[in-house]
Amino acid sequence: MRTLRFHPCGNFKESYRSELTIYETDFGRMWTLVGLFLIFAVVPFTAKSYALYVLNIIGIYSIAAVGLNLLIGYTGQISLGHGAFFGVGAYAAAILATRAGLPFIVTVPAAGLLTALVGIVFGLPSARLKHLYLLIATLAGQFIIEYVMVQWDSLTGGAEGIVLPAASLFGIDLGTDKKFFYVVFVSFVAMTWFAVNIVRTRYGRAFIAVRDNDLAAEGMGIPIFRYKLLAFAISSFYAGFAGALFAYYMMAITPEPFNLWLSIEYIAMIIIGGLGSIPGSVFGAVFIVLLNETLTHITDILMNLGTSVGAAITIAPLKEFVFGLAIVVFIIFEPKGLAEVWRIVRSSFRLWPFSY
Amino acid sequence: MEFFLHLLVNGLSLGFLYALSALGFVMIFKSSSVLNLAHGELLAIGAFLFLVLSAWAELPIILAFVLTLVGTFLLGFVVERFFLRPLIGENLIEVIMLTLGLGIMFKGLLLFIFGGDIHNYPSFLPPALSIDLGMVRVPSVYVATFIIGILFLIIFGLFFKHSSQGIYMRSVADNQPAALSLGVHVRRVFALSWAIAFIVAAISGIVLGIINGINVHELSAIGLKVFPVVILGGLDSIGGAILGGVIIGLLETFTGGYISTSLREVIPYIVLVFILMVRPYGLFGLVEIERV
Repeated sequence: MRTLRFHPCGNFKESYRSELTIYETDFGRMWTLVGLFLIFAVVPFTAKSYALYVLNIIGIYSIAAVGLNLLIGYTGQISLGHGAFFGVGAYAAAILATRAGLPFIVTVPAAGLLTALVGIVFGLPSARLKHLYLLIATLAGQFIIEYVMVQWDSLTGGAEGIVLPAASLFGIDLGTDKKFFYVVFVSFVAMTWFAVNIVRTRYGRAFIAVRDNDLAAEGMGIPIFRYKLLAFAISSFYAGFAGALFAYYMMAITPEPFNLWLSIEYIAMIIIGGLGSIPGSVFGAVFIVLLNETLTHITDILMNLGTSVGAAITIAPLKEFVFGLAIVVFIIFEPKGLAEVWRIVRSSFRLWPFSY
Repeated sequence: MEFFLHLLVNGLSLGFLYALSALGFVMIFKSSSVLNLAHGELLAIGAFLFLVLSAWAELPIILAFVLTLVGTFLLGFVVERFFLRPLIGENLIEVIMLTLGLGIMFKGLLLFIFGGDIHNYPSFLPPALSIDLGMVRVPSVYVATFIIGILFLIIFGLFFKHSSQGIYMRSVADNQPAALSLGVHVRRVFALSWAIAFIVAAISGIVLGIINGINVHELSAIGLKVFPVVILGGLDSIGGAILGGVIIGLLETFTGGYISTSLREVIPYIVLVFILMVRPYGLFGLVEIERV
């Protein structure tokens, strides 16, 4: 066995292979194992039901945010329609489960694949459009998908939505938060593993090349349109997969939650977490979900306070204000997001007494 | 026939409203090539400032109007100084996302202060402005909208073509580093263009407020309706914004009248996708799309 590396005192990489490693030191590997142990063996047995609910939501959002980061952060294609793709996944799963009666284990990946197809369709404009134009095209996509969800009554149930059958996997009923927690986090770990690894392969490198300079990428022989579509497909697959999990977890879906605001939340997640960083997307998802929950609580408390004092205070706009503020503050002060903050904290610990 | 005429007049009026709201957006794009996702909120800020001054502080209308313009002009400077100045030279993605964040922030703030209800201005436009077209009457507000639209078209057309500031603005939008190296004061150009955009947005917001009542949600939704309009007309063309607004307005009312009311809301976006595929630079926009 090779010697464990804990504190390299500099950058001593000798091959591209070691440059590409996921973990720079064995500390990272160790902490990942500890983290996995905590997630799967400790948390489900100690956390209360509400905490599990929040964690499940975080897990689901993280999957979709990782997908969006592959598209925006790595491939540089801005999309304002991720919330709608999430919705497409949710509806695909719901329709497959109710109309075709397919089981959970089939519907969720199938929903992901269907969403990937829809994503490719909305990625087609990227053949000719860049930056702003693409952003506007995906914004239009968001509105069109929302419209279809509401208006295609016979398939989507219109504004009333669809009630899903209970999820069960290998004969085990997934009705409780704890059991669903395992499903969400096993998928989360698998999807994150896939994402971390895809950015190290030729595909990921091609994505980054397209982002940094598309003309140069084309010149180097990367068929950029194909790679852009691939990025749209992968990102939508993530969104659809997460959406399907969301649909099963919520047990019933309506078009309501999959609006532009959700797309904005996703963008906020990856900006706050860090563009072009897989752990960043997860940090962002954690940050946004916790912010949401905290603000909901504060609103409740203030509402109660307001009614007891006799003056009705409406604090709901507070949420939007804080969201906007968070995006603005992160872009101005830390454009690389929480991932960069995390890196700075880590390296200052490592360099501790002799920081420069 | 009467129905058709009715739709036509409605569509034209709506179109001019869209055109008017798109103007401030085009201003910012033309002078700094920033896609302003906070445009709807800028409309709302102007509209509410005027509401406070005219209806709550009960100032004379003219004074309130002038104060609104001055106020939004200063606000434009402040917003530019604190939020957009730090991003000069950064990636376009970040600037766009910043405007998105700003928009949400402003929206929350406005909702916090004024709530989600519809407010109304006291009526002050002279009724003599309204035009009778036989079967349909055009209310004075729409006539005022039309006049303001044409005025803007002339003023900004001249401004961008002949004034030195206008030419600086175009140079900055075209190529920021080159403009910097030729001695254009990029920061001043940015500040000025945001201040002017705030003013234009305020005027559009006031007109919208007179017609539909002032409501944060509605005004910020109109900020998104601007996209089909400006893409159709060409992102950096003021004349295009007006024509695009009219076309989209007509399209919406005719779809609503003859096909279905639910399709009405989404038809501009469907058209938008088609335009983007076929002619992304719009009717009058600068043809500079790179094909990649």
